[in-house]
Amino acid sequence: MLSVHNLATPVLKPASLSVAEGECVAVQGPSGAGKSVLLRAIADLDPNTGAVSLGDRRREAMPAPAWRRLVAYVAAESGWWLERVGDHFADPRAALPLVEALGLPAGALEWPMMRLSTGERQRLAFARTLVQRPAVLLLDEPTAALDEASVNRVEALLRAELARGVAILLVTHAAAQAERLAGRRLCMEGGCLSSR
Amino acid sequence: MPLIPLSYWDLAIAGLLLLINGGLSVAMALRLERPLFLAALRMVVQLSLVGLVLNQLFALRSPWLTLGMAAVMVGFAGHEILGRQDRTLTGGWTYGLGAGSMAFAASLVMVVALTTAVRPDPWYDPRYAIPMLGMVLGNTMSGVSLALNTLSNAAVRERAAIEARLALGSSRWEALRTQQRQALRTGMMPIVNGMAATGVVSLPGMMTGQILGGVDPSEAVKYQILIMFLIAGATGLGVLLATFGAVHRLTDGRDRLRLDRLNAYDR
Repeated sequence: MLSVHNLATPVLKPASLSVAEGECVAVQGPSGAGKSVLLRAIADLDPNTGAVSLGDRRREAMPAPAWRRLVAYVAAESGWWLERVGDHFADPRAALPLVEALGLPAGALEWPMMRLSTGERQRLAFARTLVQRPAVLLLDEPTAALDEASVNRVEALLRAELARGVAILLVTHAAAQAERLAGRRLCMEGGCLSSR
Repeated sequence: MPLIPLSYWDLAIAGLLLLINGGLSVAMALRLERPLFLAALRMVVQLSLVGLVLNQLFALRSPWLTLGMAAVMVGFAGHEILGRQDRTLTGGWTYGLGAGSMAFAASLVMVVALTTAVRPDPWYDPRYAIPMLGMVLGNTMSGVSLALNTLSNAAVRERAAIEARLALGSSRWEALRTQQRQALRTGMMPIVNGMAATGVVSLPGMMTGQILGGVDPSEAVKYQILIMFLIAGATGLGVLLATFGAVHRLTDGRDRLRLDRLNAYDR
């Protein structure tokens, strides 16, 4: 479904990969190896060269915002710009089941941003993206700041997305998580992507 | 009532006041005595020169020389904007955007004022055009430099939030809207505050000057009100143009945040 051919940035050496519908591919490697750079380049958030397409739709054939709604990047560090949690959601009502599935009370959408812990922010950023129903998820350490129970909830949601046919490219430091979720694992080292 | 002429001795006596400041600086080790002396010297030299230039300009009343003088003023104002930035745009864009938006906004309000309200003969009479332009330009410059500085600092500081919005599918204009609004408010604040305090707290320099020159206070007030409106109009327009230009430059056609187009923090 998602195919990437010779994607390159000043940091990333030309990388090619594909992720099928309902498939999860994990990317592992040391910090600073270029894992985030790869995800950002696919989402077109940094200048890059190469060919990226979703099915038969080329990335350059659509406006960048439309592409990013289909191929959604969730950064490791979540960004927020308003006072209240719910104001960051395109459709807060539709987000309620997701918020609860992630172990947060429904009232969390009314909370001020100041009140959130890092882990709560991370889960809510994930929910904020999921509610837009992207076709591909580019996840950068989605469970880095979470306790075990929350990790399980996030992984359960990811499995549900995979069953729905969503393709996932998952950057994770947790080898066990990669094993649990991913059919294939890729390795990033010094800007070089390789299959292992 | 004719204007009481000042002799150079009068100025020298007033200048002695600076010795108090200098003495304070030395006593408290503020290390301001050198900058203070240089700034005072600059002011005296710049104003004396501009007095000579204006004498010539007013005598010649040439549209081209007037235009040339206006261009020089815009050029200096653009340079001043550059000096007030924590981070500048690469490729001279801060200068270009600053000077360009100021020139456009100031020319527009000046042409409107000179052809409708003041109507000197000829309309470009430098005795009216140049001092009024100076006031409009000085205030627009403050607004534009504040707005550009606020915007570039906010873009760097709030990078995570901006990129989160982009990743969620916002266009570059939506993603930077919060920062652009903040920049617009900051740029407009001095003139809003200025209008509110004028007459109660401060008597504007131009009005004071006209009154000292023997003009009836109620006439001087009318000129001052006109000038304040011109300044507000030019500042609003200049700040709007500059921030749109800066958002355009801080992003690209694929709706990416391009902080690589900012020079490093240099203060």
